[in-house]
Amino acid sequence: MFLDLFYGLRDEGVPVALQEWMTLLEALQRGLHGSNLLRFYHLARACLVKSETYFDAFDRVFARVFHGVEGALDITDEVLEWLRDPKNFRRLSPEELAALEHLSADELMQRFLETLAQQTERHDGGDRWIGTGGRSPYGHGGQHPTGIRVGGTGGGRSAMKVAGERRFRDYRTDVSLDVRQMRVALRRLRQLTRAGLATELDLDETIDETCRNAGEIELVFRPPRRNDVRLLLLMDVGGTMDPYYEPVSQLLTALHDERGLREFRPYYFHNCIYDHVYTQARLIRANALPTGDLLCHLDERWKVAIVGDAAMHPSELLEPHGGINPHNTSPTPGIAWLHRLAGHFERAVWINPDEHELWDRTHTTRLIRRLFPMFHLSVDGLGAAVQALVGARV
Amino acid sequence: MTEPNGFHRFKGTAGYIASGPLVDAVNCAVALQRPLLIKGEPGTGKTLLATHVAAGLEMPMLSWHIKSTSKAAEGLYVYDTVQRLNDSRFGTGNVADIGRYIKLGPLGRAFAAEERHVLLIDEIDKADLEFPNDLLRELDEMRFSIIETSEEVIARERPVVVITSNNEKELPDAFLRRCIFHYIEFPDATLMKQIVAVHHPNLDATLLDQVLIKFYWLREQSELRKKPSTSELIDWISALLRAGITPDQVEAHIPFLGALLKKEQDADALQRYNAKGGRYPARWSELGPRYNQ
Repeated sequence: MFLDLFYGLRDEGVPVALQEWMTLLEALQRGLHGSNLLRFYHLARACLVKSETYFDAFDRVFARVFHGVEGALDITDEVLEWLRDPKNFRRLSPEELAALEHLSADELMQRFLETLAQQTERHDGGDRWIGTGGRSPYGHGGQHPTGIRVGGTGGGRSAMKVAGERRFRDYRTDVSLDVRQMRVALRRLRQLTRAGLATELDLDETIDETCRNAGEIELVFRPPRRNDVRLLLLMDVGGTMDPYYEPVSQLLTALHDERGLREFRPYYFHNCIYDHVYTQARLIRANALPTGDLLCHLDERWKVAIVGDAAMHPSELLEPHGGINPHNTSPTPGIAWLHRLAGHFERAVWINPDEHELWDRTHTTRLIRRLFPMFHLSVDGLGAAVQALVGARV
Repeated sequence: MTEPNGFHRFKGTAGYIASGPLVDAVNCAVALQRPLLIKGEPGTGKTLLATHVAAGLEMPMLSWHIKSTSKAAEGLYVYDTVQRLNDSRFGTGNVADIGRYIKLGPLGRAFAAEERHVLLIDEIDKADLEFPNDLLRELDEMRFSIIETSEEVIARERPVVVITSNNEKELPDAFLRRCIFHYIEFPDATLMKQIVAVHHPNLDATLLDQVLIKFYWLREQSELRKKPSTSELIDWISALLRAGITPDQVEAHIPFLGALLKKEQDADALQRYNAKGGRYPARWSELGPRYNQ
């Protein structure tokens, strides 16, 4: 059963190695869990999981592996107590109560554990899943008379309930994003080089030279280490990108905060890149800048990140005068411009806010994926995109 | 307080409210002699924990505050060559004794000490990405050699190492594998009341309720770029007490907003909310089901 936990975690993508496993076994040997499932839960988490982003995966695996164990250990008394809890009997008519009340404690527990095993996300309201509100027998704040209260306040909480609460969903990096997490992902966007004016005192070299000079002090300077990454960001705005305003603006905030970049230039486009890109999110002629200029002025070492959903009408990508704005069409189809960008710059990525599953469904996304490696706009996706921009080539 | 199974047990102290899992994690790290890695939102008392672990275990404490320029070797020792050179030029000391110019860093001192220490390595994520990797062997074996004097320092008593991280950079896997990990969750209202009571023992209960309602409400606002933290709450209450603010004043307004919101955009966002006729909640029930007690 314990090994199920280990392999279950590995299957969920939690990086657990033998070393952590041995740590846990050592801790168990010393009796640090105090033969209590809740403390075992915390102990196992402290030893096996090294980032809060995996806590949610841990909760899911733990609930799956240890369901049933707890019923035998310490939950029964608590369950019976909840069943007697008069607070839950309010607000329901007698008929409804009668209909719901026939569940026995054992049946309820069994169904609770089954539900927990099937449940994959938080639920509020509704009458089936474990969550808050609603008429489900499981969860808290609900109206089911014999329900199992999961979480909420009160002492003596059990491990299964804690695992079932799944409070760490928000820390998952494959779904959520905030500015701070993005900054962490972007921190790796750097290539340190020594170039420019020698302004930093090189102490080791100074000592060496001074010794060579028989104790006469000889100061040696060197250029400071600096991030050499220059980033060109091209952002799709308006239309289908409107629902993604929040994550995209967070990304922009995070990039503006990232002072380590040597140079950073954001430009905007709508749906696809044609003759012009725009310096402001308002795509008017006064803000326009010829795309060709970018190719002339920025050398191939610039890193390019294009943010957009890549989903458009095929003609917008493939046909001459395909641009959606009738006042501003160009004889060169969008795909040609994308080809030029992909060919000119050594490293370019496409960051797509759409879910990964949707990418294969649109023709244009499939075409664009052939030109640019595509990543999802999430912390994990950004990390991988940064790796593709500055990491070793694979 | 030595327990039957042979190690000192940390139980929290009067000045620090530690949750059960946190106490377990500390004890696990102490018993297994592994570094304890603490993460959590800024202002949840990560650094403070080490001080109180030291107090609870009755051990002396050493801290090593990491900066972006910190190097792993500095924690062990620094060879003050410039001082030695200076001495040799002006004849002010015995230059032949290199040991005089070896200055042990916090990690080195913790290893060399006679008694067991608590060593705090604060904000390890501030340093270069490679920094934790450079410490792997030293933390594993608790020994290092001073090349200049070919001396070896071996820890007699393995220090209790507490490492905090603000999550600004990811830490290398090899390093993480050796640590016991605990994430300090943001305290819920019940725990928060206990925490506030430690700092402001004589606070009026109605004022506390109003203060916490405003505080948790602010934290729920998704427009805020930086959520106020526990330490900011404590400061805010101090400010309110100094100014003699009454509970009714907190009911309708948020005085001294600057103590809670540190970003201009956040203050602007709240002002816009006010301008639109938005009001602040005054009862827990207005905050949604999570806060109904």
